[in-house]
Amino acid sequence: MDDPGQPVGYMERTRLYYRALGYKADYQWAHNETAPFTPLAKPLTEARIALLTTASPLDGSNKDAKGWRHVWSAPVDPAPDALDTSDLAWDRETTHTNDRESFLPLAAAAALAQEGRFAGLTPRFHGVPTEYSIRKTLAQDAPETLARLREDGADAAILCAI
Amino acid sequence: MSLIARHLEENGIPTVVIGSAKDIVEYTAVARFVFTDFPLGNPAGLPGQAEMQKAIVAQALGLLQTATAPQTTEAAPFQWNGDPGWRAVYNRVTPENAEYLRQKGEARRRMMLAKKPQTD
Repeated sequence: MDDPGQPVGYMERTRLYYRALGYKADYQWAHNETAPFTPLAKPLTEARIALLTTASPLDGSNKDAKGWRHVWSAPVDPAPDALDTSDLAWDRETTHTNDRESFLPLAAAAALAQEGRFAGLTPRFHGVPTEYSIRKTLAQDAPETLARLREDGADAAILCAI
Repeated sequence: MSLIARHLEENGIPTVVIGSAKDIVEYTAVARFVFTDFPLGNPAGLPGQAEMQKAIVAQALGLLQTATAPQTTEAAPFQWNGDPGWRAVYNRVTPENAEYLRQKGEARRRMMLAKKPQTD
């Protein structure tokens, strides 16, 4: 039983759920004891920042013929009204994702840039798939995301994980 | 998402993750993390609460500037405003839904099997 007031233990919750579905092997999340770290190389007021989401475009154009999702990008202005979250794992009983700002806060970030907190958003935001396959994420999606951020001149990134 | 953040950091782009699955993000280990203790789905703030969403982005921006070492986590100072029992809801398994979940899993496996290319 979860301790009220404490963060939900999603790994344990997920293990129990998939066992109840009848899966024999537990999902293995990527595990690391340490993390790489790059300091911000310039003052925040001069930094151009990219926003990343795990959601998909409504037209499904990030999916190939086999249904695999790929990295996708779209302009921050005009920002999309809505995105597709139907492929993602989130609490459909408790909340909704009809307010795009609640998971991809483009307007909030733009307002902060307008106030001078940072230089501005990159011209595009980027969508990255949440994959069962750690190998696909590392071999395909991570390098593709890096290439797009470099192309956009991003000095830093805010990643919003649904 | 955490693996993407790590790859960006390894290649010279500072990152901050905003998310609500604290245990998973910290297990993978990222440079900077703003933890928002909400039901999964609204990591950047409650639906319709623009000021809260702006404060959470501001906190993430602040962490980009102030963190001096990897695996720096800050919790956003906001709470879910709906059902106080929300933590028990997501993917719960109970004696009442156990049979339903078993059947759901079987149906899913049958569907995946049907999707597999035929070799004969």
